[in-house]
Amino acid sequence: MKPSDLQTKLINAARRAPPPDQVPYAFEKRIMARLAGLSPANQWALWGRPLWRAALSCVAITLLCGVWSLASAPKAENSDSFAQAFEHAVFASSDQHLEELW
Amino acid sequence: MELTDAELIAAVLQGDPASFEPLVVKYQPRVFATARRYARRESEVEDIVQEVFIKAFQKLAGFRGEAPFEHWLMRLAVRTCYDFLRAHQRSREKAFSELSQPETEWLDKYVVEPDAADEHAEAARQLIQRILSRLSPSARLVITMLEIEERPVKEIAEMTGWSVPLVKVRAFRARAEMRKILAKITKEKYM
Repeated sequence: MKPSDLQTKLINAARRAPPPDQVPYAFEKRIMARLAGLSPANQWALWGRPLWRAALSCVAITLLCGVWSLASAPKAENSDSFAQAFEHAVFASSDQHLEELW
Repeated sequence: MELTDAELIAAVLQGDPASFEPLVVKYQPRVFATARRYARRESEVEDIVQEVFIKAFQKLAGFRGEAPFEHWLMRLAVRTCYDFLRAHQRSREKAFSELSQPETEWLDKYVVEPDAADEHAEAARQLIQRILSRLSPSARLVITMLEIEERPVKEIAEMTGWSVPLVKVRAFRARAEMRKILAKITKEKYM
């Protein structure tokens, strides 16, 4: 007795007896009841929610940084002194270089 | 007027979940028949079918409409059945000492006179179910689809998500696995 012959015979037996497609009574109602709390997932919506949260957090951080930098910046008493301070800062290195030369 | 699958799917995606019910009614017989190939207990079959439709509902936005909805759903059904087989791998039947009396008689008849053993017999169907339940999940899936349902390799590859060469390799291994089980039965009983 060859196992391959028995295999063929048994597979033929399975082919001749397809499983029934009967459905239990009102099975679709059971599925619809299970689906009641669910919603069809939208992939864009799945990404959209965390991305919106991230975007709002970034805006909030930017605003806070802006407010903090404005609040902490030293107040210039007038525009001339600010211009002088700026000029000193820019020419500081060249002034030092000239002093060394002399 | 009956709505088409595409219209029903569009309605569901626009926020009308009730439109999913006609799709369930239409396709549940096919999904039940598929699930019954892999699960024996009716409670398990119902769980599989329920999971298939819940997954289909949740993944409906991913359905592009390039192929018919039925193909997409059946692909989902086959993959769910495969997951079920893998999850229940440990509870596969182990011993052949539990062959029923009609199964033993059918085998005895086959050993004496192979042509006399009727393929239509209920005992033969039970025996093949018992042997299938001993196969590994991938072997069972590929034997069922390729040998019993007689689907082409390419279709099996599409439905399972495996490549065509992988289906062929798994089919080769599955046939060998099945022959090994059959050899073991015949050796235990008749040698």
